Amino acid sequence: MNLILVAVLSLGAIGLISAVVLFVASKKFAVYEDPRIGRVAEVLPQANCGGCGYPGCSGFAEACVKAGSLDGKLCPVGGQAVMTRVAAILGLEAVATEPKVAVVRCNGSCEHRPRMTRYDGVPSCAIAHATYGGETGCTFGCLGCGDCVSACQFGAIRMNPETGLPEVDANACTACGACVKACPRHIIEIRPKGKNERRVYVSCVNKDKGAVTRKACEVGCIGCGKCVKVCPFEAITLTDNLAYIDPAKCKLCRKCEQECPQGAIIAVNFPPRKPKAEVPVEETKMEVESK
Amino acid sequence: MKTFRIGGVHPAENKLSAGKAIQTLGLPKQAVFPLSQHIGAPAIAVVKRGDMVKVGTKIAEAGGFVSAPIYSSVSGKVSKIDTVVDASGYRKPAIYIDVEGDEWEDSIDRTTDLVRECSLSPEEIVAKIKEAGVVGMGGACFPTHVKLCPPPGAKAECVIINGVECEPYLTADHRLMLEKTEEILVGVTLLMKAVKVTKAYIGIESNKPDAIKCMTEKAQAYPGIEVVPLKVKYPQGGEKQLIDAVIRRQVPAPPAIPINVGAVVQNVGTAFAVYEAVMKNKPLFERIVTVTGKSLKNPSNFLTRMGTPMSQLIEAAGGMPEDTGKLIGGGPMMGKALVSAEVPICKGSSGVLLMNDKEASRAEVQPCIRCAKCVSACPMGLEPFLLATLSAHREWERVEKEDVMSCIECGSCQFTCPSHRPMLDYIRQGKGTVGGIIRARNAKK
Repeated sequence: MNLILVAVLSLGAIGLISAVVLFVASKKFAVYEDPRIGRVAEVLPQANCGGCGYPGCSGFAEACVKAGSLDGKLCPVGGQAVMTRVAAILGLEAVATEPKVAVVRCNGSCEHRPRMTRYDGVPSCAIAHATYGGETGCTFGCLGCGDCVSACQFGAIRMNPETGLPEVDANACTACGACVKACPRHIIEIRPKGKNERRVYVSCVNKDKGAVTRKACEVGCIGCGKCVKVCPFEAITLTDNLAYIDPAKCKLCRKCEQECPQGAIIAVNFPPRKPKAEVPVEETKMEVESK
Repeated sequence: MKTFRIGGVHPAENKLSAGKAIQTLGLPKQAVFPLSQHIGAPAIAVVKRGDMVKVGTKIAEAGGFVSAPIYSSVSGKVSKIDTVVDASGYRKPAIYIDVEGDEWEDSIDRTTDLVRECSLSPEEIVAKIKEAGVVGMGGACFPTHVKLCPPPGAKAECVIINGVECEPYLTADHRLMLEKTEEILVGVTLLMKAVKVTKAYIGIESNKPDAIKCMTEKAQAYPGIEVVPLKVKYPQGGEKQLIDAVIRRQVPAPPAIPINVGAVVQNVGTAFAVYEAVMKNKPLFERIVTVTGKSLKNPSNFLTRMGTPMSQLIEAAGGMPEDTGKLIGGGPMMGKALVSAEVPICKGSSGVLLMNDKEASRAEVQPCIRCAKCVSACPMGLEPFLLATLSAHREWERVEKEDVMSCIECGSCQFTCPSHRPMLDYIRQGKGTVGGIIRARNAKK
């Protein structure tokens, strides 16, 4: 009986002392954290992809709360909907941002770009890229080992076995940019989704001279500059034998797509073209005569 | 018999062309000179389209201290300055020359007489070597003059000449030692004079008894030069392995270099090039190339002008066999698979190897069974299986901690692996990435 009493009293005393110490410590060493950080983090998708440019979702939440404005901040996974909720929590104005998507800028499928050698090393683009120029004559194009596919956390990229090229599912893509970083050849670019998801872009990153490119790939940009001349909005620039369409200036007129002799410019989600009218034919004739 | 202490493997030697005397290969129709044939800054072209050049005319200037000039190996007209796919598999800037006749620069001594007496000072010798565009002929292509100018605080104690040729199949150095023995020995004395030492060792593996005999006999006339027979083990031709084998010293981990233990290592081919540059005024524009392969009709050693397409060598050796699976520039262990036979011969092209389909294909990769064969094979004392796994998981910090930068990429780990794991592929990637991280860190400082 006495033994039990001693045990109860001593344990009770230890418990009491510990409780007092913990209470004092929690008051004295308390760190104030803005409760809004937790609330913002709750509405974020918790993908921790780093696509926003911050280390994970909690890092982004903290940055949003501290900045006092949502200018230039976007959770690519949650998109506009999540940003509106974040804005509501913080009592700030949601900044309208353009939705973006990853675009694969290589169209060198098996059919367009004949294989000349066979790579039998580790199936990793980074290693293949460091080893040599690739299985085809094009040393800039897609290597097809699928580093982008394994980098994507959202299952938005898959390799098309027929073409040997990756394809982005625009609905699943959050434009987090993980594939852009994974691609050793810098083929993938994050571009605005565009009006009605319509986009026009140069699907090639080959910087070789025209003759070399043409030999390696049927649909490679040869740097002829025809698209630059035809663009009414000065949206296309030509550097190192490669055309680039600035999405900010492009008005989606598709003149360049028609002009490109290689078919390297791709327009997606447009309705099929109407059969050619007489007018453009005359225009080109006049152009030829004037030259 | 001496050899290095850590690791090493013994691949089948396959020295098919060892008994074949060096033949002079005919001139190509067009010679192509890539501007980056060496480690360091690419050379800068000093000729333009339409210029006429002779054999031995300088066509590109060194692009910095760690760089080397390039000389034309043919006479003719510069047809264009464009790009060419080189051994790396990428397009690089290059000078194209259409061959017309065979006219040499007058300054080059074309006689075959041996010249022994040299009255030049060490500085003048180094300057001549630098001007002649001599680089390491073993394959790494490190500019020779840089190795002959020790950094402040380091002092050379001996010259070690690499006559090991541990790569299977290759016989270029072997034939050179047999046919140009005295020239090599004079070259070695010049190198000794350049770095102001009195001792030189020539390491030769014991699978070349004729070369050991020949070199030992002739070396008696040259004070301070000693021939060291070595046990056959790959990668004995590696700089650090050779130093360990010959003088029993270990080079510490990078950034330490061989000069930190008092050694200057040069290949026999380089010693010959030094002789020709200093004594014959002949810049580096030709070299011995072994063309070999089990299915090849006539494996041979050719004295080849730089810029010759490899296809011409293969043609001269009996044509490309039908069962060719891979075309390799260099030997089977450290060589590189090429994308085309039109790749030009460069300063570092020691061999062209045609592997048949069966040899060339990689075996199926199996799981690691933790046998640690790669660990015992690694000549640098690393743990290849660990480095490969860490690289595959992109754990760069740990890869760096495990001394990936010490890896000499000899491939012994992959060669010895019973599960055929592609360890070197991963380690190379790790080394490349960590190298980039270290450079970025140093640039910040």
